Amino acid sequence: MSAPSKDDRAPIRPVVAAVGEGRPSRVKKFWFYGMLIFFALLYIYPFIIQLVTSFKTDPDATGNALSLTPDPFTTGAWETLFSSNYPTWFTNSVIVTLCVTVGRVFFCSLAGYALARLKFTGRIALFTGLLAVMAVPGIVLLIPKFLILNYIGIYNTYPALIVPLMIDAAGIFIMKQFFETIPESVEEAARIDGASTFRTFWSVVLPMAKPALITLTILSFQGSWNELGHFIVATNDPALYTLTRGVAGFTTGGLGSGNQYPVAMAAALLMTIPTALVFIVFQRYFTQGANAGAEKG
Amino acid sequence: MKSRDPQRQQGAGWLFVSPAILVLGVFLVAPIGMALWVSLSDWSGSGSPISRDVNFIGTENYNALLADPGLARQDLMISFRNTFYYVLGVVPLQTILALSLAVLLNNRFLKGRTFFRTAFYFPSVVSSVAISLLFLFLFAGSGAINNVLGWFGVNGPNWFQDSRGLIHIFGDAVGLWSLASPPSWMTEPSVMGLSFWEWFSGPSVALSAIMMQVIWTTAGTFMLLFLAGLQDLPVEVEEAAMVDGANKWQRFMNVTVPHLRPTILLVVTLGFIGTWQVFDQMYVMTQGGPAKTTLTPAYLSYQAAFTNGDWGQGAAIAFILFAIIFILTTTQRWLMRDKDASAQKRADRGVRRRQRRRPTPVIVEETQRKAQSS
Repeated sequence: MSAPSKDDRAPIRPVVAAVGEGRPSRVKKFWFYGMLIFFALLYIYPFIIQLVTSFKTDPDATGNALSLTPDPFTTGAWETLFSSNYPTWFTNSVIVTLCVTVGRVFFCSLAGYALARLKFTGRIALFTGLLAVMAVPGIVLLIPKFLILNYIGIYNTYPALIVPLMIDAAGIFIMKQFFETIPESVEEAARIDGASTFRTFWSVVLPMAKPALITLTILSFQGSWNELGHFIVATNDPALYTLTRGVAGFTTGGLGSGNQYPVAMAAALLMTIPTALVFIVFQRYFTQGANAGAEKG
Repeated sequence: MKSRDPQRQQGAGWLFVSPAILVLGVFLVAPIGMALWVSLSDWSGSGSPISRDVNFIGTENYNALLADPGLARQDLMISFRNTFYYVLGVVPLQTILALSLAVLLNNRFLKGRTFFRTAFYFPSVVSSVAISLLFLFLFAGSGAINNVLGWFGVNGPNWFQDSRGLIHIFGDAVGLWSLASPPSWMTEPSVMGLSFWEWFSGPSVALSAIMMQVIWTTAGTFMLLFLAGLQDLPVEVEEAAMVDGANKWQRFMNVTVPHLRPTILLVVTLGFIGTWQVFDQMYVMTQGGPAKTTLTPAYLSYQAAFTNGDWGQGAAIAFILFAIIFILTTTQRWLMRDKDASAQKRADRGVRRRQRRRPTPVIVEETQRKAQSS
């Protein structure tokens, strides 16, 4: 799958079953791999079905859901998909995701750096505010967000899709935590050389924060590419739909008559591919991101 | 260092945080205030909510939802009931599945660990919309799941159209009652607008399908947490248990599980917080149906405002949900703070840990929130 990097192989130090037990018996091994293959099938097979079904005809998909050979083989679903609004949605998703990710990484680093390093009045109050904001679950913001977008008159515009997602309190928090681990002496040197605060931040501190920046980039990419709720309340104009918003409509008659499973599977598959690519390339950053919290225990 | 210009940092500090303050202020703090006002007003959705035509009506919206008998209260109670069964099913099962996967992956003689880990974790990073479409197909009347059930001679239900509660079905199967004519002692008394019969329905078949989807999707994230926890298990402890003659299962229950207790606590509390926010799946797959059995507070709030135009009530539901999640989050932070201290003690005792950055639990919440709800 992914190019095995050093970190990829290293993290799992099998400990639990490792201690002092002799070679596992044949039967044990059989059961162990049996379980593992069962779970692997449970997790991989659905995606295989998805791929195969996208090349089936409607009746074939409905009648032979498990079959792995499309009969007849057809690219009809993909043609339908490409002649629909899907390409527009895909473009919108790309635009929104790029803008959100670039903005989020930049602004969250700026704010995170200020909260970690710069001494200014109100810093502690701001950090407390940030923690409070982080406790607000996104799902209860649907109605409030719609109200404000409507009120300031940017409902149904690109800025409405992008700007509210650009700052993420959790992102600021991650950056702040990381900047605090960088030794202060590095900045002192730059400052003595007469570099401005921004220059110090941009040319000295930021390059040192690469791991955190990559983690944040990936979280932002994944978050905005998969976001649904915000796009539901930010627009009702099909020309501005992102993939999640547009494709979600497939299930409520967006495709006209019939179930059209092959088209739905093709749509779901295609929107998964960018995530999958990023995931496979940057896998260790994903797992790091999720693992970072485990230190809690 | 005294050589710094305090004035300059003052300006730079505020300049650096100003974009964040602006965006969070305009798109998070202000809207919450606005929605709070809407939940206390009779705004109908047209015109500005802050105008002279809109009247303050006090807690009327909240009364309609929590106190006055009527459809609004009944719907909210149905959504609470659904969420109750949803949490009851999802939280334990996803924890057990995640732990099982982690223990499997942590096995010494496993080959291709990275491959399996990738496979189990992958659904967690995929869009909930894409996964929902996939599951609509898998759980269709003639879909893959029912085909597999067919091999065992089971006639699978029409999952997403089936509103029968699991407890109802079970009672019917063992002869406690008949689905067609529920006993009068269960249909008569009504608590908060729902009869006992309705309260004790169990999750509907449709909701169960969504629950399976969520368990399948989210387990991967939690599996990573458990894996990290398992790696911190000191070998000596394990060896001591071996010397004492504990068998594999005893070691798992008496050594591994107690060691993982903080992780289990984290996973369970994150699960509680996440499950209350479920929305995407309902929006994509069922729109609350069949017979309101997949209605959740988040979806009900959306539906009240955007479909029925009852903005005051929609906003009020959002605040009620906010309060519930706030309580859960506060409880979690309180519980974890306790564990933080003990974890610190453990670390101080010199248990070797992998070199990692400062704990950032946020990322987990983030990952989990994205995976499960929004």
